[in-house]
This record gives sequence, structure tokens and C-alpha cells, in this order.
Amino acid sequence: MSRIVYIASNTFREAVRDRVLYNLIAFALLLSGAAIFVGQISIDIERLVVVNLGLTAVSLFGVVIAIFIGIGLVSKEIEKRTLYTVLSRPVRRWEFIVGKFFGLAGTLVVNTFFMAIGVFGALLYVAHKFSRPDAQILVALYFIVLEFLIICSLTLLFSSFSTPLMSAVFAFSLFVIGSFADDLRGFAGLSHGFTRWFATGAAYLVPNFSALNVISAVAHQHGPGLQLILQNSLYALFYTAMALSGAVLIFERRNLK
Amino acid sequence: MAAIEILGLEKTYLVGFWRKRPKRALQPLHLTVEEGEIFGYLGPNGAGKTTTLKMLMGLVFPTAGSARILGREWTDPEVKAQIGFLPEQPYFYDYLTAHELLDYYGQLSGVPGKDRKRRVEEVLQRVGLTDVKGLQLRKFSKGMLQRAGIAQAILHNPKLVFFDEPMSGLDPLGRREVRDLMEQLKQEGKTVFFSTHILSDAEALCDRVAIINKGELRGVGAVADLTSTVQGRVEVVWQGTLVPASMKALGAECHVTGDTVRAVLPENQQDAAIDALRRERIRLIAITPLRTSLEAYFVEKMQVETTPAGTGEKLQHSQTAGKIS
Repeated sequence: MSRIVYIASNTFREAVRDRVLYNLIAFALLLSGAAIFVGQISIDIERLVVVNLGLTAVSLFGVVIAIFIGIGLVSKEIEKRTLYTVLSRPVRRWEFIVGKFFGLAGTLVVNTFFMAIGVFGALLYVAHKFSRPDAQILVALYFIVLEFLIICSLTLLFSSFSTPLMSAVFAFSLFVIGSFADDLRGFAGLSHGFTRWFATGAAYLVPNFSALNVISAVAHQHGPGLQLILQNSLYALFYTAMALSGAVLIFERRNLK
Repeated sequence: MAAIEILGLEKTYLVGFWRKRPKRALQPLHLTVEEGEIFGYLGPNGAGKTTTLKMLMGLVFPTAGSARILGREWTDPEVKAQIGFLPEQPYFYDYLTAHELLDYYGQLSGVPGKDRKRRVEEVLQRVGLTDVKGLQLRKFSKGMLQRAGIAQAILHNPKLVFFDEPMSGLDPLGRREVRDLMEQLKQEGKTVFFSTHILSDAEALCDRVAIINKGELRGVGAVADLTSTVQGRVEVVWQGTLVPASMKALGAECHVTGDTVRAVLPENQQDAAIDALRRERIRLIAITPLRTSLEAYFVEKMQVETTPAGTGEKLQHSQTAGKIS
């Protein structure tokens, strides 16, 4: 267990010392700042614009960071041979994968925390005070973190057998398809024969990011209920565990040439 | 107890994109390394040295065979707490400082916190990196990285150390320091297994060597036995550039280098050669019996034709007898 913590800490340290990460965070905060400007010129809907734009920035940039860092987590270690001196110690391969996952997930949680401060700061600037429905933003942020967990596990899965470029393509494609998972299910319900079978299979196989996206609802002060919170939590944990298990299974059998 | 017992490890890769075809990187390998010895694993580039080391480290899975390290199955993760490994041309997390890197590896090796702090300082001093311990590894030269690599391999005080081309990238002084370090490790009772294609390093350091080429073990032997074989010829070295005619008459092959002459002649002509030099009042520097060098043995083994079935049985016999196969 302690080895997982050490690997996670080192992964976190690597991400924190990566300059690209700060560029992305700065850009995300800038976007939150821009929300203030857009909010000011949107009469009566300042809060809606700030929450919508701010949370979307947190989500999108978090996904970009997750994919950008995640795709190199395993493949870069193999390519640069840094893995050799880790796996020649009493470290099991699954511990390495799980440690990497927690390191990346930890990085994203910390990033989300700082970007959330930016969103709340922007909200306070336009609304001058917080109101009770603003607490729903925390739920939206929690769902965004769940989304990051799934993305992290998927990038690790792809990174365990593919090149960084292909891993990025796979992960980003799944993110886009998953964001329209509800539409895919709707399409499956309307179609027939092989198309129905294929669309239904694909709809349930891809991560359902649309269920995790409550940004618009929160912006309109229609927060998700407890049942959805519970369902999404279980779904994200299950999906993450499955993707992570896949990554471990592949990596356990991989020759590090 | 044997430190390493390799029991028929072999590796075949499938190469090609569409039509995969097998390519044998290592033929069934049988090798035993005793505790406390420095063992050299010699071979040209691409001979299969790194593949063997990677299999022993669990980085590459063998097609067949097994191994025992320090009396336990080589796949047992706990064995790895007692071994150190320096990969060829090591590359480390370049965002870490040397101190942070060693601390991290100490954590992974299970060195307790209090000991870890002390051990990190000790090994940094041992490899001469104390002054740059706070510098990020991305600013390290190749030689400094190699030192950091050696430091991480010995950090947790392992019983058995594997070095893959440890002299690579080092200047002559650095190579000398690594040689000294390996001798110190032997004096501390550790077993050192190192691969190299630099024969002078192996000859200076190793108790025994194994020679591998094209994935096949070509020979195993004790360096002392190898180099003790006298060829029946002596080398006579004297000062000056003059080669007396009487020396040529003895059948000596003479080479003038700077202000010394080196002559090789049959051992039974040794006294006559000394008399010839004395008559000419030439200053004698040295007379040395010519011995078989590791290089000669290496070249001989490289020229051996590959046998399809491997050489396991013959070599095992040679190891038991402590002679050269």
C-alpha cells in the first residue's frame, strides 16, 4: 500500500513541476475571468453565464490536462526507461498502475480546487454575495471530478498498450462520444436491426459523460438530486475500476523491450 | 549458495508487421553465479546481454525456462529488495534532484525513513554527487547520470548487484572509480554481475566471465585460469631504439615505440636475449611471460559456430570444474 502512495506522490510531483500544467491552469483561470466580462454585458443572467462558462472551463481544461498528462504516464516511462529502475525493485506492476492513477487523480483534484476558487471568485464579483443555490456548484464540481477519474483511468488504459499520440486520440474520441452518450442511447432506441444492436452496445460501453454533466442545470439553479449523486458516484467508480483493471491486465503481460 | 541460477531461460520475439516471424534473442541459457564473486557477462552489442538482464529483472518475460536469485524464485517480488540494478544508459526522472531520486527509490525499496536519510547521504558521497545533490537531474551530464544510476543500485544495501554496461559514458577517471566501487562491493561480500563489451574492464575486475554471442552462451571460465595459460613465449622490453642484430638472430619480433623496444621471442631464448642486451650495454626494463589474454579467449569464442541446441550441458560441466570450456 505504501508503495502506491510513493508512486502517486511522485506522479503528483511530476505533474506539479510540469510547466505546461501551469499554462493550462492560467488559461482556464483566464476563461473564468472572461466569464466576469461576459456576465457584465449579459443583463440579468450574469450568474448563469459565469457558472456556465466557469464550470465548462474547469471541465474542459481538466480533461485536457488529464489526457495530456495521462497519455505519457506509462508509455513515457517505458520509452525513457525510467520504469526499469522502478520495476526492478519490490514493486508489483499493478501497484505502479494504481499509484500512477492516484497521482494523476490527485493532481486533477488539486487543479479543480484552485480553478473552483476562480469560479467562485468570479461569481462573487458579479453577484456580490453567495446564495443558497450556489452550493449546487459544488455538486457540479464533484461530478466533474468523477468525470476526471474516468478519463484518468481510460488514458492509463490506452497508455498501457499504445503510443502517446494514439492514446490521446482514443481518449479524446471517447470523451467526445461519451459526452453525447444520451443522444447515442436515444438513437439506439429509434433504430432497428444491427444498427440498434450496435448503437445500444456502443452507448453502454462508452462512458456516459452526459449524465455527469449538470453544469447547465446548476447554472439554472436546478441542482441534481441525491439519487443522481449516488448513481453517478457508483457508475464512475465502477467504470474507473473496470478501465483500471484493463490497464493492469495489459501491463502485467507487457514486455518492456 | 549460488547467487544466481539461470535454468534454461530463453527468449523468442515475434517480429514483422503482417507476417510475424520468430526471432530468437536468447537460446536456452544455463548459468550459475556464486555468491561474493564479480561475474562478467561479455559479448558484442546485440548479443543478448541486456535481454538476459531484463528477464532476470522481470522486465521481459521469458519464452521458457526459469531462474533462482539468492535461493528464491526470480519472480518473487521480495527478492528484488535484495538486488540492485543499473540499466544500460540509465535515464531518470529529470524533474527530481539527485537527493529526491534516491529518497524515492529508497521508499520503493522499503528502506525505513531514518535509515533512508543516512543511506542517501552515504551513497551520494560514495559516488561523488554530494555537491550536486540539490540539482535537478535534467542538468546532469551523462557521466553524472551514470553515477546517480550506480547510487540507486546500491542505495538499499543489496546482496546482489546487476550492472548493465556500467562504464558506458564515463571518462577514464570515472571508469576507474566504478572499478574501485565494484571491488569494494566484492569486499563487502556482495555479488556483482555486470555486462560489458569492454574486455579490459572485465579482465581487471572479474573472478569469472561468461561470453555470449548471437543469443548463445559461448563459454564460461575463471579469469585467473584464462590468463594463467603461458604461451611459451616471453616479452622483453628495453630502453632505447637500438635493436641488436643478435636479437633478430634469436627470432625476436621487435617493435620500437618511443624510446623503448618490445621484443617477443620463444621462452627458451630468454637467457640468450638477456646476454645480447648485456653485451650491447642496453638497459633492460622488463621480461614477462606472455599469457593468454581475455581478448584472445573472447575472439576465439566469437569465432565458434553457433550450435542449434545450445551449449548448456558442456558449460555446466565447465563451471563445476572451474575450468574454461
